[in-house]
Amino acid sequence: MRPDLDAAPGIIALVLVSVATLAIGTYGLRFSRTTSDFMVASRTVRPRMNASAISGEYLSAASFLGVAGLLLTFGADMLWYPVGWTAGYLVLLTLVAAPLRRSGAYTLPDFAEARLDSQTVRRACSLLVVGIGWLYLLPQFQGAGITLASAVGGPTWLGSLVVASVVLVNVISGGMRSITLVQAFQYWLKLTALLVPAAVLLVVWSGDGRPGAGPDAVHAGASRSLSWSSPLAESGSMGLYLTYSLIIATFLGTMGLPHVVVRFYTNPDGRAARRTTLVVLVLIGVFYMVPPVYGALGRVYAAELAASGRSDALVLELPRLMLPGLGGDLLTGLVVGGAFAAFLSTSSGLAIAVAGVLSQDVTGRAYAGRRLGGVAAFRVGAVLAVVVPAVVSLSESEVGVATTVGLAFAVSASTFCPLLLLGIWWRGLTAAGAVAGLAAGGLGSGLAAVLTLFPGWADGWVEILLRRPAAWSVPLSFLVMVAVSRATRRSAPLHVRRFMVRLHTPEVVDLDRG
Amino acid sequence: MNEPPARVRVTGPPRRRTPLARTREVDAETPLGALYLGSLLREQLWLAARTLATLVLGLGVLPVLFVLAPGLTDVQVLGLPLAWLLLGVLAYPFLVLLGWRYLRRAERNEDAFVELMEAGRGPGPAPRRGGRR
Repeated sequence: MRPDLDAAPGIIALVLVSVATLAIGTYGLRFSRTTSDFMVASRTVRPRMNASAISGEYLSAASFLGVAGLLLTFGADMLWYPVGWTAGYLVLLTLVAAPLRRSGAYTLPDFAEARLDSQTVRRACSLLVVGIGWLYLLPQFQGAGITLASAVGGPTWLGSLVVASVVLVNVISGGMRSITLVQAFQYWLKLTALLVPAAVLLVVWSGDGRPGAGPDAVHAGASRSLSWSSPLAESGSMGLYLTYSLIIATFLGTMGLPHVVVRFYTNPDGRAARRTTLVVLVLIGVFYMVPPVYGALGRVYAAELAASGRSDALVLELPRLMLPGLGGDLLTGLVVGGAFAAFLSTSSGLAIAVAGVLSQDVTGRAYAGRRLGGVAAFRVGAVLAVVVPAVVSLSESEVGVATTVGLAFAVSASTFCPLLLLGIWWRGLTAAGAVAGLAAGGLGSGLAAVLTLFPGWADGWVEILLRRPAAWSVPLSFLVMVAVSRATRRSAPLHVRRFMVRLHTPEVVDLDRG
Repeated sequence: MNEPPARVRVTGPPRRRTPLARTREVDAETPLGALYLGSLLREQLWLAARTLATLVLGLGVLPVLFVLAPGLTDVQVLGLPLAWLLLGVLAYPFLVLLGWRYLRRAERNEDAFVELMEAGRGPGPAPRRGGRR
């Protein structure tokens, strides 16, 4: 290894991406003046721009690095992750996008409060937004540390620190308006950084005479009983359960992720929200067709990565393995830049979402008669949103990146998905029902995941049920929400019919929307 | 002399109140207004349900299919294992197609609702055009 020379393209790419991000953020700062600018970009973002931003924000390191690595190690059943992350947007489009925008709320807690007229539900939602947000930020910072350590060298904590600082500066200075530009830029950067090397490597592969996987490419996961081309996790009913539970978590979890939801308020109206979602579907669909190329090529050229358990580095190391010399260095610089952009954009979006909620419900409150202004409260919220998970990521690095991301999806699917779907489409939802359902789904999925983090005490079906809780925790949450709402029918909010008018009718019709 | 037949009071059915603009029916939450809103909601929900049912039929049955017919694992199409072709490539155009069809129909439902509301515009406060498209 030549660590000093190897690091050069990575360091250059890293500096370029950081500078570009901060420069675009500063450019956006000139337009950010009011609280509304900071939080929802004053609702003037057009669908195509907004869709690029949503996609840029959504495609995290798990998509950029993780999927290819998982495919290399485990094979086709891991294709359900990108498919589920995309299909989640179809569910969002059909059931949530337009009504959510029309609700006119800033954040998920705002929506819950407006719909159910209850401070208790609002607090429960705020708690969940902050919880899911931190949970999702943690692996971003950790992953950044690991990636930079492998690409550039240096201690792991340095990468976490760099990403956390850039995110913090960006969010504090510009808020949502500048972030929208930055995120849109980062989608195209990520797509280029993944697509161009993939195309070049495919040409190299063709030039090599299209070799197939060598005999040493037999998957490293020794416990796997199925072949690399099967879309199932394991054989038999357990495999079926695991696969369907993953499908449920990803299909239904997307709509409740705080950084996804907050973007819908930046659309001018409900129709624009729908069109934005459709463009997102196209953009992330195009992106997700690329990681399988790395997975398949990795099987031919980098099988030892899977064997040594470093499959997450596949995207970063494959260019040099296949293409020695300057070409490999250039491509490496590109993928490192893309990976860094992935960490930055997802963390920024999450930080904005968490900061928005914190500034409304914590830092924007009056303490001892003093009260921070809107923008100041948002900035203090942003510091809290970033520093807490950053510190946790420095102190403890035992929790796997994929585990935490999966947990965030399962918790989101078991809490916000029932709340949104029932709140939007069912007049009978009551505040008591919502709180009970949020508690049942959140505790169920959260507890299951926490227990999974300490493996070894359960096996067989118990372990399987805890590893992927969504298949039972999502129906549980729905059931509890409906049952308790029925029992407390009398307490249904009075304005619910008016609220349904607001959620579902096009804005051009002149109606009283409450 | 014939007595003239006793007078009979002839009345019509009780006169309806002046019809409201349909938007005012919705605003006043009259049964008719509730019907208008309910029909829009049902249309949209039914459309979403059909779209998602197609999603489940197209993608959701794949795991079961591969369990029932394990031989599919070894099938190769265009040099790719079948599962990779279906989930790695074809799933995405399928999702976009479903989304596009949904979007067109959802907007058509809304246009119909707008037309319904505006066709029945009767006397009432002058409508203010709020919101933008």
